[in-house]
Order: sequence, then structure tokens, then C-alpha cells
Amino acid sequence: MKQTLTPEQEKLHAYVDNQLDSATAESVENHLTKNPEACRQVDEYQQINSLLKQLYDPMLEEPIPPALLQTRPRHKYWPIVKQMAAALILLAIGLFSGFYLGLNQTLVPVTAEKELDHVVTEAAMAYAVYAPEVRHPVEVSANEQDHLVSWLSKRMGRQIIIPRLESHNMQLLGGRLISSDDGPGALLMYEDEHGQRIILYACHSTGNSSAFHYAKQNEVSVFYWVDDAIEYAIAGDMRKDQLRPMAESVYNQLNF
Amino acid sequence: MADHFSKLLIDNIPHLRRYARSLTRDPHQSDDLVQDCLDRALSRMHQWKSNTNLRAWLFTIMHNLHVSNLRGRRPSTTWESLEQSETADHKQSGQEGMIQIRDLERALSKLSDDQREILMLVCVEGMRYEEVAQVLNIATGTVMSRLHRAREALRQILRGEEPAKLRRIK
Repeated sequence: MKQTLTPEQEKLHAYVDNQLDSATAESVENHLTKNPEACRQVDEYQQINSLLKQLYDPMLEEPIPPALLQTRPRHKYWPIVKQMAAALILLAIGLFSGFYLGLNQTLVPVTAEKELDHVVTEAAMAYAVYAPEVRHPVEVSANEQDHLVSWLSKRMGRQIIIPRLESHNMQLLGGRLISSDDGPGALLMYEDEHGQRIILYACHSTGNSSAFHYAKQNEVSVFYWVDDAIEYAIAGDMRKDQLRPMAESVYNQLNF
Repeated sequence: MADHFSKLLIDNIPHLRRYARSLTRDPHQSDDLVQDCLDRALSRMHQWKSNTNLRAWLFTIMHNLHVSNLRGRRPSTTWESLEQSETADHKQSGQEGMIQIRDLERALSKLSDDQREILMLVCVEGMRYEEVAQVLNIATGTVMSRLHRAREALRQILRGEEPAKLRRIK
């Protein structure tokens, strides 16, 4: 349904919008002196521009609501470097023995397809940044689960289901919204009685549904799969065989 | 870096609010959209190249957020909401020519969302066509033809002629 404009028509618009170099603008002006209809057209376009500005420009003078000025970094607002530094400091304190990030970024996919790899990095990064958090591991805690579900569902644009992992001694801590390369991502965090944490990460995907894949980034194990245009990843600082039953449980709950 | 970026963001808030208002046509929804856009921009500031047009980058984010919001739900608001807003009492002064501001508001309400958006970016924000193409993720040729249709439709409505075909968004 696209109609292509003639070069002359394009020039008339560009002339009205001051997007021509001076030589071309001059040639348009010449054309206008000989062509009353084009002249009227340009005149009316200019009136429209001027009226639109009269209508909309006063909005620029409206006071900014304070709430908008208070937008503050909530999650991935720091540059990645700072996040990694923060993660490393927390790790250095010893909250997380045996875990380190930033020294070796080699990805070791086992059965991964190429295009799925980035979710491993995203999930491992999210785990590295948020799992060591002592005071603010989540934005909305598990005792506000209804709110958590409706909030994440709204932001993800689809119903979010929170899998239960009590049978694996993992309690839901809560969740947060994070930004991924593919738009909003949801992160849920679980913790066992020893403080061991895992995350479930979900973001939009353009890939086809896929079976389970496994990858390991440094010490973080990641199981991941795509279902119904959502990419899921479960990440934890544990061995593959420890994480696998939980990943399978989540997979089954989401794909019952 | 973060402080500098925040300052640049704040400078752009009035423009973001105006663009959001034209997209949602509802003052409350529009500030939600601005908030979401600022959140997204802050979380992705490392992706912005500092020698490029920040406003075009921010508008791209806002356009995409708006489109994905629409995918979930159609807004039930009408054009009246803008007319009721603070701009309604903005009187224009004896404009000679074919139209008055009131007529313009009514005419705009008859355009498609796409057409209003292109007029906003080109005529009000004064963006270059290439930047508009980037914001809307369409070809520059499409920017031109959409702009042409929008202007011609507006012209006809304002002259009291109904446009032959009003393109509606599906």
C-alpha cells in the first residue's frame, strides 16, 4: 500500500521542512513562482506546521512532575563494568566462595545452538549481579506474590507463572524486572536454607521452541530453553547434576 | 558519565512528555510511558553513542515501548482527553488562513496513529527524515509517503473535504 512520491513532491515537503541544501531550495522556489498549485500546497503545509507548533509547543513549558525527575537507577543502570566490580567486591568478601566473574568470560556450550548463547551470558550476568545482593536481591519480595505476578505479567506482555520449587528446598525470594537485549526480562530468585540461590530468567525470543540446553559460564550452570516465544534460563552456582532436577521441575511446571 | 547522562535525560523530558502525549493522547498514560522510557534509557545508557542524537534515540525507545504496549491492549481513550488537557485553553490569535487551532485538533483526531506520529516528529520536533526513519524503524521513502498522506489528509479535512480514504490502523 505504499505510494511512491515523485521527486518533485518529495522536494516540496523537504522544502517546507527546511531539509534541502540552499541550491535545491532555490530551484524549488523558482518552480513555485511558475506553479500556483504547488505554491498553494507549500503555503498550506507551512500553515499546518505552524499550527501544529502552536498546539504542541506550550506543552514544553509545563512543569515536569517530580516523579519523573526522581527516576533513579533501580537495576541495570550502572555500566556493566561497575556491576561487575560490585559483584567482585561482594564476592571478595566471601559471600560466595568459589565464584568469580570477569576473569574468564569463556562460554562453554555443551549442546547449545549458536543463537541461544546470549541468554546464557545474560542469565549468568544477572545471577552474578543479583544473587550476591544481601539487602536488595529482589525488587518485589515473595510475600507480595500477587503484585509480583501482575507487575511482571504487565511488563512482559504476557501471563507470568511462578514455578514452585519447595520440593527442592528452594523458597521464592521474589523477583525483579531487568532489561535484556530483547526487551523486558523477568527474573525470579529462589533460596535454600543455606543461602544457596538460583535464578529463573525469562525474556522474549524470536527463536523456535527448543529442548533443554546446558551451558556453563565460569562456575555458573545454566539450563535454558525456548517455549512459545519466551526464552527461559535457570542459573545457579552449582554442579550440573544438582541444578538439573530443578530445571526439569520448572520446565514441567511451565509446560504442563 | 551517569550524572552527565541524567542531566541530558532531564533536558529531554519535556520533549518526551509531548511525544508521549501525542502517542497515548492521555496525560496519565503518557507520563507512565515517559517513566518507562526513562527507565529503559537509564538501563541502556551504555548503548547510546554520545556523538549521536540523544532525542532520536530516546524517541526510538519510546516508540518501541508504545508499540509493544499497544500489542497488549488497545487504549480506550479518545482524542477528547488531549482537548481537555492544559493545551485546550491555549487560544490562538487571529490566525489568517484556512484553519484554526480548534479545527486542527478535530482534524488530527481523524488521522491514523501513524499519520499523527509522523506529523509530530517532522513538523513539531523538526527531526530530519533520516532520524524519523530510525525512530519508526521504516525506510526514508516510507517516511516521505506517510508524511505526504498525513499532510494531504489534514489539508482536505481542514478544507471541509473528507479525504477519499482515511487509512485506519488495524
